[in-house]
Amino acid sequence: MTTTIPTPAAVQHPADWRDLVALTKPRVMSLVIFTGLCGLLAAPESINPVLGFTAILCIAMGAGGAAALNQWWEADLDAGMKRTAQRPLPQGRLDRTTARDFAGVLCAASVFLMGFAISWLAAAILAISIVYYAVVYTIWLKPRTPQNIVIGGGAGAFPPLIGWVAATGHISAMPVVLFAIIFIWTPPHFWALALFVKTDYAKVGIPMMPVVAGERSTRRQILGYSIVLLPLSALPWWLPGDEHAGAVYGVCALVLSTVFLALAVRVGLRRQTPEDTMKPEKQLFAYSVLYLFALFAALVADRFIAL
Amino acid sequence: MPEPRKPQTLEQIRRNRNRVLGLSLAAFVILVFFISIAKMG
Repeated sequence: MTTTIPTPAAVQHPADWRDLVALTKPRVMSLVIFTGLCGLLAAPESINPVLGFTAILCIAMGAGGAAALNQWWEADLDAGMKRTAQRPLPQGRLDRTTARDFAGVLCAASVFLMGFAISWLAAAILAISIVYYAVVYTIWLKPRTPQNIVIGGGAGAFPPLIGWVAATGHISAMPVVLFAIIFIWTPPHFWALALFVKTDYAKVGIPMMPVVAGERSTRRQILGYSIVLLPLSALPWWLPGDEHAGAVYGVCALVLSTVFLALAVRVGLRRQTPEDTMKPEKQLFAYSVLYLFALFAALVADRFIAL
Repeated sequence: MPEPRKPQTLEQIRRNRNRVLGLSLAAFVILVFFISIAKMG
């Protein structure tokens, strides 16, 4: 099958700073900053507020740089999808060289600042997360396999790990569990979205799960990951040692994950009808964002209540 | 839907971008100063 992808319009004016900001995907970044901050605050050791702020700034800059690299690489694909066609590069409001250079400076600055100001272990994990998102996910996996979101989900799971390492200087069981929670949360979150924008992905030839494996298989997999997420989200409560979360987190995690599972069951057991508004899928997608915010907020609240 | 932007002249775009760049660099210098103080403590 051949697809015709509109090419981005020619750039006729210098880059507006707001377009450079848009290149960093600020809405996605807000979730990255939040989970990174929660990883930092939930750690058993406190960090100087200036250094804590610097660590979060580095995570934000790294995430923004990786997002800009993603948009630079996918400018042609973005031009062909309704959801992304309004971005600065497909709209021709920004030239690709400026986008690439801006992304490169952000990524390099974030890693070096993290290394010099916080720790080189945190800087190394930040560098791995940038390469994971920009190269492993964007360039390698996304155009090749319907499992792109599953493996690529690791990129979005790094922030709490980086935040924790920035505060403590080492990796332990808790940040690895936090990484695993986001890793398992990502497929149902993205596939709920992919179910209602699948025509967009099909048009540009991205092998998202609903396009390749079909709607029924995607719905079952959403349900499968949501079932795994329920006990996994409560795992910080049951961790051995003095790092574990308390009952406040445990109860919140069980309630939030049960609601997540209930919404996933609705999505998992239904079939799309002609003229379907895809309300359950849209509700699951919206709730999944709220879920992650609430789960990590509960973790931090639990830590502060225990103090 | 994002609000439509007011049309700007090339000069306005350049001036605004330079202003943001200047403020970012100033903020970075201040941040490095405070990081140095924090690291010494």
